[in-house]
Amino acid sequence: MARMKFICDAERCIECNGCVTACKNEHEVPWGVNRRRVVTLNDGVPGEKSISVACMHCSDAPCMAVCPVNCFYKTDEGVVLHDKDICIGCGYCSYACPFGAPQFPSKGTFGVRGKMDKCTFCAGGPEANGSQAEFEKYGRNRLAEGKLPACAEMCSTKALLAGDGDMVADIFRNRVVKRNTGAEVWGWGTAYGSKQAGNPPQGGKS
Amino acid sequence: MIRTLAFAASLLALAGCSEKPQELGANKSDVPAFQGTGSNFTAPGWKPGDKTSWEQQLRTRGQGQNDYAKAN
Repeated sequence: MARMKFICDAERCIECNGCVTACKNEHEVPWGVNRRRVVTLNDGVPGEKSISVACMHCSDAPCMAVCPVNCFYKTDEGVVLHDKDICIGCGYCSYACPFGAPQFPSKGTFGVRGKMDKCTFCAGGPEANGSQAEFEKYGRNRLAEGKLPACAEMCSTKALLAGDGDMVADIFRNRVVKRNTGAEVWGWGTAYGSKQAGNPPQGGKS
Repeated sequence: MIRTLAFAASLLALAGCSEKPQELGANKSDVPAFQGTGSNFTAPGWKPGDKTSWEQQLRTRGQGQNDYAKAN
């Protein structure tokens, strides 16, 4: 098995926030902490684009690199997790993360900024799988139940895909081929330059 | 007697100065997900503890996201 990955299809995301709700409900995430959120650019303008963003479980995670107490670890499936018993709530990971994934509860052991909380790819933490301690700190461990993350499985338009990186890439690639509008990975043209950069896709359907 | 007591008291007091191990948590142990949780909410179709069946279960479940496979 390759690495576990998320990918969000901006052509399909309808900004319903179902993924956000599924995540909050599944893990009983406290008020003020959003492990996942939907970001919309050009909101209200024709052609607006939305994507669902959470921890992307980077292959070379900057949060792991900057953590002064080395509380992060990576599972065999490439899921980036952390140990809240080691975290000191310094917030370095928050500055390092390009996706704004690390979240900090406003109440906690360290006063205004508690221990970091983030998407676990529904894989819990270092505590025993499915234990009460794991649930209270990290939420449900769906991977150990043979399930995929709740956000992706609840996605009504299947814009948000989660799972083995190869499988997710195959599903997305098949969509792009079927749409026949070119390689329309949102932001790709802006980042790397292409004829499609900044232009809406011509024809085709999602 | 007093000297012994004083010695014991100083030992106790100095014990508070000892340091806890400060190794960084680089190699934190986590039970692999394929070991399962033992809960009743485990998805059917795979055997906890069997990595191959767990991977197959996730692949099968992942194809539930592929609506081209379902609809076309």
